[in-house]
Amino acid sequence: MNINLTLIGQSIAFIFFVWFCLKFIWPPVFNALEQRRKTIADGLAAGEEGVKKLEDAKQRYDELVNEGKEKVAEIISQGQKRHDEIVEEAKENAKEEAERIIASAHAEIEQEKRQARDALREKVAILVITGAEQILQREVDQKTHQEVLDKVSASL
Amino acid sequence: MASEQDALTASGYIKHHLQNLTYGKLPDGNWGIAHGAEEAKQMGFWAIHLDTMFFSITLGLLFIITFRMAARRATAGVPGAWQNFVEWVIDFIESLVQDGFSGKNKLIGPLALTLFVWILLQNLMDLVPVDWVPHLAAMMGIPYLKIVPSTDPNATFGLSLSVFALVLFYSIKIKGIGGFAGELSLQPFSPNNIALKILFIPVNFLLEFVNLVAKPVSHSLRLFGNLYAGEMIFILIAIMYSAHISLGIFGGFLQLGWAIFHVLIVLLQAFIFAVLTIVYLDMAHQHH
Repeated sequence: MNINLTLIGQSIAFIFFVWFCLKFIWPPVFNALEQRRKTIADGLAAGEEGVKKLEDAKQRYDELVNEGKEKVAEIISQGQKRHDEIVEEAKENAKEEAERIIASAHAEIEQEKRQARDALREKVAILVITGAEQILQREVDQKTHQEVLDKVSASL
Repeated sequence: MASEQDALTASGYIKHHLQNLTYGKLPDGNWGIAHGAEEAKQMGFWAIHLDTMFFSITLGLLFIITFRMAARRATAGVPGAWQNFVEWVIDFIESLVQDGFSGKNKLIGPLALTLFVWILLQNLMDLVPVDWVPHLAAMMGIPYLKIVPSTDPNATFGLSLSVFALVLFYSIKIKGIGGFAGELSLQPFSPNNIALKILFIPVNFLLEFVNLVAKPVSHSLRLFGNLYAGEMIFILIAIMYSAHISLGIFGGFLQLGWAIFHVLIVLLQAFIFAVLTIVYLDMAHQHH
């Protein structure tokens, strides 16, 4: 229980140990702790951000799907409309064509009718003249009555 | 375990166990190891306790080498088992410093860590049965051996006076000599009247000076007293072994019980020493 040089020896040893600890033990361990704390904090923040991004992506996905659905519906309705238009147009065209054909047929018929009538008229005129000639052969001189005959033929 | 005349009586046994291995100047003028308490006392200040120095430095080296191993391989990644333990201790000390120290000083953490672990290791030597190591040493021709450095007041005063020197250093560095002197002489009585103020300076100084000096004394004696008392009880229990077989078995249970209880004291005293160091240095850093 004597106080002696041991006191000073202890103090020197103590100062050395504290110095060593201050220089070589505390900083690396403390830095590692700080760094790990930071890494964990960053990781947690990144995780949170990831969740948020996922939510955003989901929302964006929903938006895109909805947009796509709307577009598809629009395209389908447009197609339907176009289809209707085409059918309508075709009907119209067909109608016009049919009318045109009918009209030309009518015109042809009319013309043929007229031709037939003309031909018939001439033949009737000839027949009448022939009949009249035969009847009037004796009384009528063809040459003298030519004028009359022409008149009759023209009025027919 | 002891020189023959010491081992015969209980008081001789106790005295033998409380004697440090002292190296100094012998009465005949040569330098050597003291044979007994009287010779050690006559050596005066210029002697050294070889056992205290050996065990404290060995334990200190154990501390810095093992902790350095963890520190060298310290990574921010997944820590190994030992690194994990070291980190836990450092985190614990760091939280103590955060709570108790308001200033900014990079020395406080390592200082408290060294004190805590070193004192803890020194105290833990108390749990080694009191006769084992001294007996082995006696076989090798070493007459005295105290293996618990913290039961030597030299060791505890060495620590507390070093801390006290730091307290004085930072008090003067932070507050200036005037500020520190003012803290010692203008408190706790600080009347507004100038004449009264001057009158109170010696009174204040007396109070504050006692207060200041009591810090390192109580700081080291608290640790020393607790460990010394614990050691003494282990020695007393050990005496029972030589008495009778039934008393010896009873002593065995007593030793186990006391050792379990002593673990608390061992931890607590190391903790208190480190915390008080932080508190004293915090007071040294505070402006008034």
